[in-house]
Order: sequence, then structure tokens, then C-alpha cells
Amino acid sequence: MSIFLQYLQVFAVGGFICLLGQILINLTKMTSSRILVIFLLIGCVLEAVDVFEPIQEFAGCGITVPIIGFGATLVRGALRGLEETGLLGVLTGGITAGAAGLGAAILFGFLMAILFKSRTKS
Amino acid sequence: MIDKQAYNKLVKSKAPKSKEVKTLVLAFVIGGFICCIGEAIHDLLSAYLPIGPQTAGSLTSVCMIFLGSLLTGLGVYDKIGRVAGAGSIVPITGFANSVVSPAMEFNREGMVLGVMSKMFVVSGPVIVSGVVASIIIGFIYWVVSMFA
Amino acid sequence: MNGGAQTIQFHTKPVIIGGYSIVGPKEGEGPLRSYFDYVAKSDLFEQKSYEKAECKMHLLTIERAIDRVGLDEGDMCALLSGDLLNQIISSSFSARELDIPFLGLYNACSTFGEGLCLAAVFISGGFMKRVAVSTSSHFSTAERQYRYPLELGTQQPPTAQWTVTGCGCSVLADQGKGPCITCATIGKVIDYGITDANNMGAAMAPAAAYTIAKHLEETGRSADYYDQIITGDLGIFGSEMLVELLRSEGIEISHRHVDCGKLIFSEKQKVHMGGSGAGCSSSVFNSLILHEFSRGKLHRILFVPTGALLSKDSSLQGESVPAIAHAVAIEEQV
Repeated sequence: MSIFLQYLQVFAVGGFICLLGQILINLTKMTSSRILVIFLLIGCVLEAVDVFEPIQEFAGCGITVPIIGFGATLVRGALRGLEETGLLGVLTGGITAGAAGLGAAILFGFLMAILFKSRTKS
Repeated sequence: MIDKQAYNKLVKSKAPKSKEVKTLVLAFVIGGFICCIGEAIHDLLSAYLPIGPQTAGSLTSVCMIFLGSLLTGLGVYDKIGRVAGAGSIVPITGFANSVVSPAMEFNREGMVLGVMSKMFVVSGPVIVSGVVASIIIGFIYWVVSMFA
Repeated sequence: MNGGAQTIQFHTKPVIIGGYSIVGPKEGEGPLRSYFDYVAKSDLFEQKSYEKAECKMHLLTIERAIDRVGLDEGDMCALLSGDLLNQIISSSFSARELDIPFLGLYNACSTFGEGLCLAAVFISGGFMKRVAVSTSSHFSTAERQYRYPLELGTQQPPTAQWTVTGCGCSVLADQGKGPCITCATIGKVIDYGITDANNMGAAMAPAAAYTIAKHLEETGRSADYYDQIITGDLGIFGSEMLVELLRSEGIEISHRHVDCGKLIFSEKQKVHMGGSGAGCSSSVFNSLILHEFSRGKLHRILFVPTGALLSKDSSLQGESVPAIAHAVAIEEQV
């Protein structure tokens, strides 16, 4: 597969997902929190019904970079936990799988809050 | 005077609308571009580091979150957001933005009750819904596996 | 005295003897830049937080307004102030620094109208001689309280308005030079069921229409009695709705109507429908409008600041946006 085609697929799928988000914003005037929650849950469902992986094979970061990817990671972790340690794994698996992203967000959020102050919009 | 119902109808029909096509195109292009940055990071990491695909994926997320956080800290991300709309909300960088921006906003109220407690006012729902959904789905799988 | 009517006629007419206005840098780039008394270079006013900045701006405006008319703090009988923050801290904390009896007010963005009405009653009734009225708002404090963190990358809907960083203070007295308040119509809270907190102009237009219609009815005046009917912060769309609403009552004001929220920013400044906030009407009133009176360009105006009485929680709970408007008739002394 040529590199151009690979990035075109990433771009098209990633862009399309964001376009769906924008349609939601324009139609319902939803704000960040709700948009993020909706797409996260879409990711959870896609993973639960085993559709996420084929899309990922096709689109790579086009589906994993949108928050959909985070939702899928959480569910994948919970299911793996279930496989490995049973019902307790359902509790621990999701958060374990999402820990890298969550940890990074908390750390960087904390650092940025120390380094910078918010500025007025212009 | 015009009654309430008629007024609400009037407002609905006459209120200025978003420039549909323009916002959609911008969300598509910028959102797609951000995903391509992620893909590039992913490719570079896989090519130069001795790591498996799963680690590469996690590391890519971490890098994207770092970029989103840094751009938020520098005061650039909200400007991108004004133009891109969902194009910069839906990617994981937007999640980082929603964590970092309240943390920065409330640093004047102190470390503990400002930064730390307000950090998740926007993104909290994302984490809660994600964790709850993953547990519920895991539980459903468990129940199904009992009967299968 | 008024037999249940909403309009108060002042037999002794309180005089607006002077005013002062301070705005932030963005407002200072707008079309009214040359009218404002002071344009801040930074909206932080050399303070550590935006709340402290708003407070500093508010205090400075009051001090300079009193100073401009040649009076001292000790000469003032009362200070009537308001702003948009929880517990109106900008006003109270300004009053903390001043040696003036203080009454804190809240009517959202129409607070300046409320202040003028009350000050006029105090003075006309002979209870007080000199009263200062001030209101302020600040984009960054309002944004945090009513909307989102500043650095969050959101897109504002096209009906949104931009909170003005600004403050205005007027000094009223029982005598002196300047335009006087001849009558005032105190508004009722009107709710036409608009639930979109991002379309405040549409939520406030019915309140403004109601108060203006009531004022004209009770005073027996026509809209043409006034040179201008000046609303507070309806913005572009709210103004359009106001004209429509009054037209349905048989009142035509389109040729006389201006709106402070439309005046303060130009279209190039990307503020969607225009300015809003408690400091919008007060800063425009104490710059442009008082200036036009002193130049003899305006003789009679009806000043109608409008306010949307919502909170962040009330909109989350699905409540619609109630609104209020007070009308103050200001005329040249004869």
C-alpha cells in the first residue's frame, strides 16, 4: 500500500468522524462535553460489536486519534480483563487500558496549569 | 403583542444560522489533518523504536495528548477551535484541551481547590461515561459467556 | 402615587452632572474608541486575576467620575452599583475602598437602568442630593461564570454575543448642568420561553418591547417624541426582534432605535451579534450618549438597558431565560 493512499484513508475517515461531530454541533448546539461523550460511547459500542478493529486496519489513526479510539481502548481492556481474571478484570481492565491516556492528560494538565495562565480571547 | 408561540416560531425562522458548508468543510479538513499528524507520529515511533503495535498506539495517544496540552497552554488551541469546531474537539487532542483548559483557568484559585478539583469540569463526563460503559459491556459479555 | 402604573414622573428632575467610562482593549479598538475616557492597554489592569481586574476597573471608574464633577467621596449620599459576578463582588469590593454608603444592585445587564431609576427616585424625593450609579462587566470573568474556560476550543453559535469589558459611572445630583431624568418606567420580568442561553438578544427583546410600549402608553408620548430609543445589549438579532414585536403593536421605532451592543463593536471584530454585559450600556451611556447631549446632538432619549436573568444552573435545568428592561427618559434641561 502506498504511503499516499494510507494517509488519504486516515484523513478521510478522521475527517468524516469530525464532520459528523460538526453536524451535531450545528443541529443541536451541543458543547464539548456532550460531543466528546457521544463519540466516546460510539467507540465503546464499535469495540463491543467487534467493528472497531476492521476500521482500524483500514484507517489507522483516522479512527484511533478521535476520542472514539479511547472508548474502544477502554472496552477492549475490560474484555481482556474478563478473559484473564474474570469478573474483577471487568472492573480493572478498562481503566488499566486507558491509563496511559488518562495519566498523560492529568500530568500535562497539571504541568500546563503551573506553567501558563489562561488568556482573554480576542 | 405577538404571543409566545408565534414569537418562538419567528425567532427560530429568523435567527442567524451557522454557515453550514463552511463549518463542515473546516471540521473535516482540520479533523482529518490532526488524525494524519497522529498517523505520522505512529509511523515514526514504529520505525525507530523497538516496540509492538500496541505500545506504539498508546505512545501515539500520549504524544497527541501532549501536543493538545501544549497548544492549549500556549493559548493556540482555542483559536484553532474557533475555526475547526468539531474538527478539534473530537480528536484526542480536544480531550486534552478539555482537561488542560479548566486546570489553567482555575490556577488562580490555588493548587488543590483550583487546579486539581476543577481539572475535570469539562472532561469528567467523558471519563465517567467511558469507564461505566466499558464495565457494563464487560459485564454483559460475562453474563453472555455464562450461558454460552 | 402612580395608581399601579409602572411609570414614575419626576417633578423635581434629577440631573446627570457627569460620568466616566473605562473599557478594555478590544472595546477600545471599536467604533467608539474616541468617546471612552480611558482605554486599558491590558484587560488585566495589572492585577493577578480577572476578577481583581474588573474590581480595579470598577473602582477607578467611580473615583474618576466623582473627581470629574469636582466632588469628593464625602459629598456622595449613596453609591448604587452592580455587576454580573456571583454576589456582585466587583461592586462590593469597589465600595470597600470608598467612603460612600453603598447599595448593591442586580438586574443582570439592565442594572444600570435600575440604578438610574433608583437614584432618580432618591434625589427627586428629596432624600438625597448626590448619588453615583455604576455597573461593570468583564469578558473573562463572565465567560468563566456563565460559559467555559477561556482556553477551551469551542465554537460560539452565530447568535452569541460578546461580553463587554467595561465600566461606566454616572453622577446624579438635585441640580447642576447636564441632561435630566424626566420619567422612568420600571420593567416587569418577561419570559417568552426562549431556552437558548446563546440567544440572549431574542430572550430580552420581548422585555424591551413590553417596557417601551408601556412607557409610551403611560406617558402618552409617541416614539417620535424621542430623538433616539437606545436599548442596552439586544445585539443585531435582538434589535431586529424588538422592532418586529413593537411593529405588531403598531409602534414603529426602526428609524429611532439604536442599541449599545451594536454600537460598541464593529462587524470586523468577530463578536457575532454584538456586545452584551452590564458594562455595555453603562460604558456607552457615559461616553457616547453623554457626549452627544453636551454637544447638543441629542435632546431627548429613551434609554432602555435590558437584562437576561439567567444563571448557568437555571439553563442546565432547562429553564427558559426571563428578561427585564427599564426605561429611563433623559432630556435636555429647559
